[in-house]
Amino acid sequence: MIRPESLLCPKPQGLYCAPGDFFIDPVSPVTRAVITHGHADHARAGHGTVIATPETLAIMAERYGQDFAGSTQPLAYGQSVVRDGVEVSLVPAGHVLGSAQAVVRWKGLTMVVSGDYKRRRDPTCPAFEPVPCDVFISEATFGLPVFRHPDDGHEIARLLRSVAQFPERSHIVGAYALGKAQRVIRLLREAGWDQPIYVHGALERLNRLYEAHGIDLGPLEPATSATKQDFAGAIVIAPPSALADRWSRRFPDPVAAFASGWMQVRARARQRGVELPLVISDHADWDELIATVDEIRPGELWITHGREEALARWAELHGIKARALALVGYDDEAED
Amino acid sequence: MRAFAELLDRLSLTGSRNAKLTLVRDYLAQTPDPDRGWALAALTGDLSFNAAKPAFIRKAVEERMDPTLFRWSYDYVGDLAETVALVWPSRPGANREPELSEVIDALRGASRTEVQRLIEAWLDSLETTGRWALLKLMTGGLRVGVSSRLAKQAAADLGGVQVAEVEEVWHALHPPYEDLFAWLEGRSDRPSANSPGRFRPVMLAQALDEAVDFGKLDPADYAAEWKWDGIRVQAVNEGGLRRLYTRNGDDISRTFPDVLEALEFDGAIDGELLVMRDGALASFADLQQRLNRKSVDAKLLMNFPAAIRAYDLLSEAGEDTRVLSFAERRVRLEAFVGRLKTSRIDLSPMQPFATWAELAALRGEPPPGDAQIAEGLMLKRWDSIYEAGRPKGPWFKWKRDPFLIDAVLMYAQRGHGKRSSFYSDYTFGVWTEGEDGARALTPVGKAYFGFTDEELKQIDKFVRDNTVDRYGPVRAVRADIHHGLVFEVAFEGLQRSTRHKSGVAMRFPRISRIRWDKPAGEADELRSLERMLEQMEGR
Ligand SMILES: [Zn+2]
Ligand SMILES: [Zn+2]
Repeated sequence: MIRPESLLCPKPQGLYCAPGDFFIDPVSPVTRAVITHGHADHARAGHGTVIATPETLAIMAERYGQDFAGSTQPLAYGQSVVRDGVEVSLVPAGHVLGSAQAVVRWKGLTMVVSGDYKRRRDPTCPAFEPVPCDVFISEATFGLPVFRHPDDGHEIARLLRSVAQFPERSHIVGAYALGKAQRVIRLLREAGWDQPIYVHGALERLNRLYEAHGIDLGPLEPATSATKQDFAGAIVIAPPSALADRWSRRFPDPVAAFASGWMQVRARARQRGVELPLVISDHADWDELIATVDEIRPGELWITHGREEALARWAELHGIKARALALVGYDDEAED
Repeated sequence: MRAFAELLDRLSLTGSRNAKLTLVRDYLAQTPDPDRGWALAALTGDLSFNAAKPAFIRKAVEERMDPTLFRWSYDYVGDLAETVALVWPSRPGANREPELSEVIDALRGASRTEVQRLIEAWLDSLETTGRWALLKLMTGGLRVGVSSRLAKQAAADLGGVQVAEVEEVWHALHPPYEDLFAWLEGRSDRPSANSPGRFRPVMLAQALDEAVDFGKLDPADYAAEWKWDGIRVQAVNEGGLRRLYTRNGDDISRTFPDVLEALEFDGAIDGELLVMRDGALASFADLQQRLNRKSVDAKLLMNFPAAIRAYDLLSEAGEDTRVLSFAERRVRLEAFVGRLKTSRIDLSPMQPFATWAELAALRGEPPPGDAQIAEGLMLKRWDSIYEAGRPKGPWFKWKRDPFLIDAVLMYAQRGHGKRSSFYSDYTFGVWTEGEDGARALTPVGKAYFGFTDEELKQIDKFVRDNTVDRYGPVRAVRADIHHGLVFEVAFEGLQRSTRHKSGVAMRFPRISRIRWDKPAGEADELRSLERMLEQMEGR
């Protein structure tokens, strides 16, 4: 049997496939890149050729402009491309719109690069599909047993309860611009919130892109469209950095909420001055990570980034060979 | 349990007083008896448990999961109850969630071993926030930034009554306070406050603003006396029930058996608790030897004899004297104290004066004796009744020079040499209006500790127990309106400074004493410093 390292190996730029001569989610410009999803730390501008789902390519074009790469090669879920005997296909990862796992096959060896993923339902993207493989290369952003995300409906209900309890204040929900913002809006709609949702200007383009992909976000208004008092009782969605920004002063006595998996830990919420932490994550929590590894039962588990050591220990305790790659440059602190 | 857990969860991250009041009031309005009463008792500190030691909880969780993974989790989160709440590996087939009152009943009734058996079943049946609240409740670490007074205020808001009315009856009530809620919801009369030995909410003074107030006040309307440098207490003996309370209503009887023994009267007096030797006052540092003690021994009682300097009479032989004027109360008080046959209670003497200038001279150069270590002067309107709270106008405090402010500890740094294991260098701040309009602390100075090793240990423990962040050798200490350690800082002068965010720098600041008794929210404002600065600059 071939050693997995001869198919994929960690390099400073990211995971490199020598026989196919491409990188997966490289952190600096390369000739050929397979991109799992559109978050900035995975999808960078300036590569020669980019292979990704049509949705991810659309997101990159929206963020970086049409000329973000020399050329692009859309690969829809389930399709595959073969080059020099290496077959690459993309399978839903359930992380954000267009997010995919990269399945790489060569000479009977299957390796799956998860990218970022989660296992629970997300109304804005198709669910993660487990793929049997020899090596599963997983993220571990929330790879500690303390990260156990509650049901997102519970978190949205807490937000709506707070809105009812403080009708004179506005609620500003910090949410990452790609994926989280649209998911929170969708969840609010599903929970019956049909009033206009005010959105920060930085979210507008991606909101429109999601709507163009058939995700109905309901009535949205720019957060500049009303006077201070009209924002009483309103829900505003903004990038997390806006929470502590002067921008937030236009709202009456705002309740700072933040939709993120990091909000599970109280000290994190306190550090950021968050009054209403909403534990809504686009990454797998600890239970999802170990359930996924258990379900796939790969010959080997590699861990790309996050809290590798705890997930590696769990795998070893459960008889699965594990290896921490400690890839650098993936900043999921910023994105989730 | 779920509603209570979510309340604690919200409170722990809510800064604004108004929002906290809304959260507590709504909870009390929406939660049935007896759960809400137990919750109120937990918030006011009238109910606390240490049913489970941290070591037991840690052992229970380590039996269910890999200890290494647990340790990494604990290292990451930094708080045991929170870590266990998050990682707890529930066994399937759990019971239904317990109600708060079920938990309380069990904790009060069961033996320690029984409780430990129950804990695991409860943890299995609760979700994360519920587990966190349960563990906080059981380990006695319910710190969610709510003072006893705020909780009572929320209850008062529920019934649309004044908080003083709630405080008045508080000591006659017992959890879960069904009678209180029946009254607040208009279903019954106000519960009787006539519980012997109860605490009466105290009357507080405003700081005197010389520039403004003297122009408006007539010296003939006011009595003056020294502001003694001890802690404010209320000493009660009613029907043989003796109690010593702090100004917040905390019962400190057990810490001062010597004073309690001297309460040979029928009534309630308001006065200053001090260490007195042969009728002469000792410094506040001596009194500190007596504060915050779990146990007192004969040697301590002998070396630091405590006494009360009385300045008001709140009740006598069943008669509520608070409705009388200060002038009448003073006459009654003099007679009352005159009849006592103890050296442990004496009278705070009046300081007669005719003009403000005369009084200023007295304050500037106190006569030899106890007055030398007084904090300043108190002014009390002769015709004022004893009114709970801090009414504007009847009472003023006029602190003496040098410059003294009460500041809140914000950061602590390890010392050097033999103090290298102690947090002995302190950065403190005063209140100002933050960008969002809420009160926020701004650092105004840094000083070393100058007291005994025992006190240093106490502060060090406070720092470790209340760390919210770390930067190398420095710890950020919890400091908000409802929780924090107040230092009285003395200093020789003030300068403007561009280096300090607050805009002022102190000359030779020193921590003159630790105010364990003072709520952080009552520390000084930056405005007071700015005013001092303006005075110094001759404006
Ligand atoms: Zn991502
Ligand atoms: Zn990522």
